[in-house]
Amino acid sequence: MSDYLQFKKISKNFPGVKALDSVSFTVEKNSIHGLVGENGAGKSTLLHILSGAYKSSGGEIIINDNKKDFISTRDSLDSGIAVIYQELNLVPEMTVAENLLIGQFPQKNGFIKQDKLMEKAREQINILMEDFNPDTKVKNLSIGQRQMIEIGKALLHNADIIAFDEPTSSLSEKEIKHLFKIIKNLKKQGKAIIYVSHRLEEIFKLCDSCTVFRDGKHIETFKNMNEVTDDILVKKMVGREIKDIYGYEPRPKGKTFFQVKNIYGSGLSKKVSFKIKKGEVVGFFGLVGAGRSELFKLIYGDVEAQAGELKVNDEVIHNSSPREAIKNGICLLPEERKDEGIIGVRSVSENINISSRRHMLKANFFLNKNKERKTALKFIDDLDIKTPSTTQLIKYLSGGNQQKVILSRWLSENIEVFLMDEPTKGIDVGAKYEIYKIIYQLAEKGKAIAFVSSELPEVMGVADRIIVMRNGGIVGSLNREEATEEKLLSMALPTS
Amino acid sequence: MDNKKNAKMTFKYLYDHYSMIMIFAVMFIVLSIFVPYFLTMRNMIGLVLSVVTIGLIANTMMFALGSGDFDLSVGSTVAFSGVMVAVIVNSTGNVWLGIIAGILAGGLVGLINGFSVAVLGLNALITTLATQMIFRGMTFILSGGRAVGIREAAFFKLGNSRFLDIPAPVWILIISFIIFGVLLNNTVFGKNVLAIGGNTSAARLAGINVNFNKITIFTLQGFMAGFAGVILASRMTSGQPNAAQGLELDVIAACVLGGVSLAGGIATISGVIVGVLIMGMISNVLNLLNVATFYQYVVRGLVLLIAIYLDKLKQHSS
Repeated sequence: MSDYLQFKKISKNFPGVKALDSVSFTVEKNSIHGLVGENGAGKSTLLHILSGAYKSSGGEIIINDNKKDFISTRDSLDSGIAVIYQELNLVPEMTVAENLLIGQFPQKNGFIKQDKLMEKAREQINILMEDFNPDTKVKNLSIGQRQMIEIGKALLHNADIIAFDEPTSSLSEKEIKHLFKIIKNLKKQGKAIIYVSHRLEEIFKLCDSCTVFRDGKHIETFKNMNEVTDDILVKKMVGREIKDIYGYEPRPKGKTFFQVKNIYGSGLSKKVSFKIKKGEVVGFFGLVGAGRSELFKLIYGDVEAQAGELKVNDEVIHNSSPREAIKNGICLLPEERKDEGIIGVRSVSENINISSRRHMLKANFFLNKNKERKTALKFIDDLDIKTPSTTQLIKYLSGGNQQKVILSRWLSENIEVFLMDEPTKGIDVGAKYEIYKIIYQLAEKGKAIAFVSSELPEVMGVADRIIVMRNGGIVGSLNREEATEEKLLSMALPTS
Repeated sequence: MDNKKNAKMTFKYLYDHYSMIMIFAVMFIVLSIFVPYFLTMRNMIGLVLSVVTIGLIANTMMFALGSGDFDLSVGSTVAFSGVMVAVIVNSTGNVWLGIIAGILAGGLVGLINGFSVAVLGLNALITTLATQMIFRGMTFILSGGRAVGIREAAFFKLGNSRFLDIPAPVWILIISFIIFGVLLNNTVFGKNVLAIGGNTSAARLAGINVNFNKITIFTLQGFMAGFAGVILASRMTSGQPNAAQGLELDVIAACVLGGVSLAGGIATISGVIVGVLIMGMISNVLNLLNVATFYQYVVRGLVLLIAIYLDKLKQHSS
């Protein structure tokens, strides 16, 4: 009963792009098959074909020796396939039960049978090993719990093949553990599972076998995860050798430059203080909900702090709004790039110049479009931003390139303190490497840098010093040399 | 053959970027050929004159929609300022004082809208629906429900004099398009408005003062509606409490025809000008062809549907 699900020479052409170029591999029952590759490698496209959302341009999908040709997502569902996407498709104002059974409410003459609905929902929640009430509105649940509901929906269809698309990107460590337990359970029940992720350590933890895609091509399938190492996978993904993805080198630090004293406000449980030296890169580690993003937003003035003092270069500053913060030389790269970072419908140039254009006005009023274009071109060149032109809408750029645009926005301002909230979230390995390089360059120039990351290896690989947060407060600070995974985790995990 | 390919490329570029202008151009040519009296100087002037009120307000509606908000109060504002100017001119005998009072009356409505939306955080659609009712009511109260005839003939010059044989309101409209075009394309304010409409959170985090900009947008919109009301009153030699009913939807329709995104973030002045002219052209041609008013509504609605459908097709293909 091997080779349960076979992809045979699957291709997908979009106008001008070959998103998938004749890829073939097989997934077995009772196994978890990892699918890795950079953004644009074709992973998502393959899942879309599997789910019937896209029609392939060539090749075939064979399930259990039957050739399948999906013409719709319904078709794919009926063939026992469930694809769980990164974006959750839930209705926040509806209850857990309603969301779980949406589209297949138990009914009689159009009236919903409430008791049956609740019963079915409870069953499903038990399978998911969760303990929330089926009557709760989805908007009151955490992201992790919502993800579980999405999985629950898939299981209700009795799927034999379940594909996960980057399911952990917004989950906390605890939620990830829980998710892994459920995925392993599914495997035990004989399901064939495809698991797409950027995080290689997850692939090693979870998968039995894995396939690497690059530029729409099948690069290699590893039947046994023991045959591979991290380095090999990265090399296959990126297509070149990246010895040490973090590329850290020690650099001299200056005097204390940025000080936060006893800041307090929404999202924090106690007063928080820390200092950053000139040229220092400080990583903020903690679980999701530890208050790291909230702390950054308080410092940045996006949320008003109730108490506390900020000092740049020994001068007291007040950030009553992001606008003030920028004038004081502080910037923030928000975590949710799409929702809070980019202006999707505007061009790359406009996204770069959005803040700094006020410094280059003609007659103090009119935009200097020529100068704006030159600024944009300079950064496109300096940071190697991949875009066909300065007028390209930013939403068409990849995540890594969007992040570089937002960095350019602040590099063209007079910024001394960089607050970066998950700067590499959802960015592929190659682009991550480039973002790290930019961080180091900024530090070399004497900027003070604070960044939030939920990825332990990243925090340990990039930061000079690591501040650990837990439950809305700082619990400690470790120098690069003293930091170990165990220490950081034991500080970050809630003591119970 | 290379030429042919080039021609095709150029056509696609033009279609992608200026589809509405092309549709307008084709409509214009076809109507010029098939509708008698359409392409005459007299009719052209009449056409533009008929869209002066819509056009003036479309300028600022472009900013409101571009920032992701609506303004449904402009029709009432036009009537309110028209009656205001009539009442003040009659009671003081001072034309300038009347004009200023009319424009300020509009600005006041805009300021209330802006304050409610930005500072109180109310939904723009509902806020402006409320002020639409409030100021229509105020207009009736101020006028006693009757048209207020203006007694100073000097006031009528504003709407009825001519320069180079073209009526003053048409000149004013042209100048307003230039001013607001520059404001949109060449100033920080214009770009900030589109950034706010494109993504409000991102705009705020990028250092844009969102509240200040929103208040400015609505206040400008109020001033512009007030100004349009003054000109309308001058042309009609009276303040009409029933004037401009449903005007807000015509203005929004013109903007949408011009490619302004209702979701915010996308707006061009060339599009808005074309949108306004298409609205005027449709009414004009239907009048020339003696189509009954009742049918005109139907046709205008259909044209709007077709236009936004074409626009949607374009967005899908790219």
